[in-house]
Amino acid sequence: MPETTALLTPASIAGAAYIVAALLFILSLAGLSRHETAKAGVGYGIAGMAIALVATVGVVVSDAWGSPQATLGLSLLAAAVVIGGAIGLWRARVVEMTGMPELIALLHSFVGLAAVLVGWNGALETSGLSGALLDIHHAEVFIGVFIGAVTFTGSIVAFLKLSARMKSAPLMLPGKNALNLGALVAFVALTVWYVITPELWLLVVVTALALALGWHLVASIGGGDMPVVISMLNSYSGWAAAAAGFLLNNDLLIVTGALVGSSGAYLSYIMCKAMNRSFISVIAGGFGIAAPTSSGEVQGEIHEITATDAAALLRDATSVIITPGYGMAVAQAQHPVADLTAKLRERGVDVRFGIHPVAGRLPGHMNVLLAEAKVPYDVVEEMDEINDDFAGTSVVLVIGANDTVNPAAAEDPGSPIAGMPVLRVWEASDVIVFKRSMAAGYAGVANPLFTRDNTQMLFGDAKDRVEDILRAL
Amino acid sequence: MSRIGIVTEHSPESRVAATPATVNQLVALGYEVAVEAGAGARSAFPDAAYVEAGAEITDRATALGSAVVLMVNAPTDADIAALSPDATLIGLLAPAFKPELLQALADRGVTALAMDAVPRISRAQSMDVLSSMSNISGYRAVIEAAHEFGRFFTGQVTAAGKVPPAKVLVAGAGVAGLAAIGAASSLGAIVRATDPRPEVADQVKSIGGSYLAVEVAEQMQSTDGYAKATSEDYDRRAAEIYSEQAADVDIIITTALIPGRPAPKLITAADVASMRSGSVIVDMAAGQGGNVAGSVAGERIVTPNGVVILGYTDLASRLPTQASQLYGTNVVNLLKLLTPGKDGKLVLDFDDVVQRSVTVAQPGAVTWPPPPVQVSAAPAAASAGAGAPDASAAPAKPARKPMTPVKKVLLVALGIAALFAVNAIAPAPLPQHFTVLVLSVVVGFYVIGKVAHALHTPLMSVTNAISGIIIVGAMVQITSSEPVVQVLAAVAVLLAAINIFGGFAVTRRMLAMFSRGPAPASAGPDAGPNASADRRSH
Repeated sequence: MPETTALLTPASIAGAAYIVAALLFILSLAGLSRHETAKAGVGYGIAGMAIALVATVGVVVSDAWGSPQATLGLSLLAAAVVIGGAIGLWRARVVEMTGMPELIALLHSFVGLAAVLVGWNGALETSGLSGALLDIHHAEVFIGVFIGAVTFTGSIVAFLKLSARMKSAPLMLPGKNALNLGALVAFVALTVWYVITPELWLLVVVTALALALGWHLVASIGGGDMPVVISMLNSYSGWAAAAAGFLLNNDLLIVTGALVGSSGAYLSYIMCKAMNRSFISVIAGGFGIAAPTSSGEVQGEIHEITATDAAALLRDATSVIITPGYGMAVAQAQHPVADLTAKLRERGVDVRFGIHPVAGRLPGHMNVLLAEAKVPYDVVEEMDEINDDFAGTSVVLVIGANDTVNPAAAEDPGSPIAGMPVLRVWEASDVIVFKRSMAAGYAGVANPLFTRDNTQMLFGDAKDRVEDILRAL
Repeated sequence: MSRIGIVTEHSPESRVAATPATVNQLVALGYEVAVEAGAGARSAFPDAAYVEAGAEITDRATALGSAVVLMVNAPTDADIAALSPDATLIGLLAPAFKPELLQALADRGVTALAMDAVPRISRAQSMDVLSSMSNISGYRAVIEAAHEFGRFFTGQVTAAGKVPPAKVLVAGAGVAGLAAIGAASSLGAIVRATDPRPEVADQVKSIGGSYLAVEVAEQMQSTDGYAKATSEDYDRRAAEIYSEQAADVDIIITTALIPGRPAPKLITAADVASMRSGSVIVDMAAGQGGNVAGSVAGERIVTPNGVVILGYTDLASRLPTQASQLYGTNVVNLLKLLTPGKDGKLVLDFDDVVQRSVTVAQPGAVTWPPPPVQVSAAPAAASAGAGAPDASAAPAKPARKPMTPVKKVLLVALGIAALFAVNAIAPAPLPQHFTVLVLSVVVGFYVIGKVAHALHTPLMSVTNAISGIIIVGAMVQITSSEPVVQVLAAVAVLLAAINIFGGFAVTRRMLAMFSRGPAPASAGPDAGPNASADRRSH
């Protein structure tokens, strides 16, 4: 523990440390926007967190030293950090890359729950404030608990949906927009009430209300829209931290929470644009309401292809683009796909990947899977980079993607997904679609791609089929 | 079950509308096939091969009298008279240039399908005879030029001296142009190409040519996949390029055609005069008026300064075996579409855009031109214009109402008023906190603004780890005098710690997996993705 002088108190040291930590967090996020600086970015983040924690421990210890509850508190603190850290490291080590969306959703829920607990503590502890400041303190408790609880249950539902422990179809309660809006109005009313007469039962009610709202918000969103939901929850968890910062009068929490909150919101915005949805309706929840319409019905003949014939097509190809989707993750096909890529590239075939911004269940999900399978990231391109190249491509392999390659989005103005930017795979000479069955995608829209003359269907488990092709090559 | 007749083409055409291989497929579609004796002789397909494939060898009258008659070129008046009424004729009918032929067919009661009227949509690619024939013509144009040209195409250093490579200019990078570029560059020549559509530059490069861009402030956009007429500014600059190139290159191959219009004049008499003696020009558009001054359709001309101008219009026919096979396959693909039952019954469906487009005459009525077809293959406006990628990304989207200026001003005013109110009413620490909050939000937006798409997941897990900063709040509370608070705070610390350690660890694990392709060590971190994609050290 630093020797304290009149000028250099633990509090002032901590204040300076917090500024350093905040700057490091900003550098961390900036670093993560490019491949070359990403690792350094994580380093900055860890350093920032370490500085913040050490500084906080310093303040806590020097404040509580000698007081009767210090021993218990500090040993609790040490135990909680050690146990929590161990659990976190363990989960991070064993998680499958395909399970990344679930893990991140679960972690979001922890932040939400922690924010609720911090808020409750703010209410239970005597604050020593009075007058207007006390009123504001009460309001802050409510806001913190509310955001935290919404994040908590929202993330839990997202986790359950992603890990298939809960049906991913959207929950359709009658008048759900009214329910959401009603919950918000009730929250405002309860806040006012609590500011006037701070009773504990009001806090219990608002917690329950927020938990229910978070549950309902995410439950009414379909599984296919999960990339947006995850980044939205990411944003919420940031705002929860920021609210705690107001409550505890802590600028570091506000800065960090706002950074996370706004960056998460921006990511959601990117996802929304990629799905051609309105940002407001996403934030409001329950935007996955595009019910299947009959306008998407496609009649026509599908052409089946065998793995051997597909291998022959690939052997003669000069350029191949692979467009993976969630199905690749489900089938764990990324490793055979990577082998196929390596094999074709050895033969001099130009193989690239085209990734739709909302492919998978997490922003950038496909990139992580391909990286895990050691596909070099410079052949993995995003939709805007690669979309004009399909016309000059010999073969496109669509692996477990559906709505993101649906020509109806571009060509049929009456389609429910009309206007959603899609990968224009159908412009290639040949398209091979790997699919388990003829089921529609998450948007519930039939895909006219499957009946095109230059499309051939390869039915079955994507992993098995890719391995068949590998053997046939 | 109806009969398909295949006739011998009139000389000098050497192609035939069906080969033994395609006859086989026609039989599989349920048709009987009657081939005029000797129809395939000039394409090196003997009658015996047709018989083996399931056809019957007949005389010309029988073949012409079939329910479906396949031809390569348009029928003569005598042929039309020999067609049976109600027959269906399939061939290259050039409907835009021969209205009187269409009328004669309609009067005869024949349904005429023009293979050269297949629309350029992805679904119809397999029947696009213009593409398949252009491909052959482009190749053949290079071969003809090589035949006339007195030198090697490839550069060599020999004991007898150094041979410079030939320089070839290809005007127009459509299917024929691209085939010519490919053929010439694989013979070893230096190939340059021009085209008014800038988006073909990559295609030219991909087959070994270099693209000469005409720099004017105009972007060629085409809704139907074909080139259109160009503006005056463009033409002036293009003419300068052609003049510069003509003085430099050894061989010029012109392929510029605009559907339904005379071919544009690209190479002037002065350009031709500036070429070296022994140079060769192949004008593939000679049949439609020619791209080159002085070219004559179907003729070989030698100019006074020793430049050979070839105006052959039968380039595809000069590779008859290959051309017949591809043409025959195109016809079979059309018949597959027209014979949905595979029962030898031809059914026309006018709601199908392909079938509507190819049908140029029906009993009693000329049905050319068809209603226009919009082609999906046309690149979105955004790909060419850097201007507004968002607007064009969703062409079919119903226009979202933009906010009116009044509304915007009101919203901003409301926001400012709210800030004033907060600052005026809120006691001491709050305004500072708001300042911090607002600044951080802005920083957050800017920092994330340019994030690479592939890094979304790592970014999210790192922000998740960072949002574990809530631990600071819980730590401060853990030494509270209230045991309940202490316990709750401990739980919060535990949860946040899982987040922090787990989030950072998993991000590191993910980032460790991201690796660039095996590229030479000299390629710095800023070498673009394409730079190393092509280089493989192993």
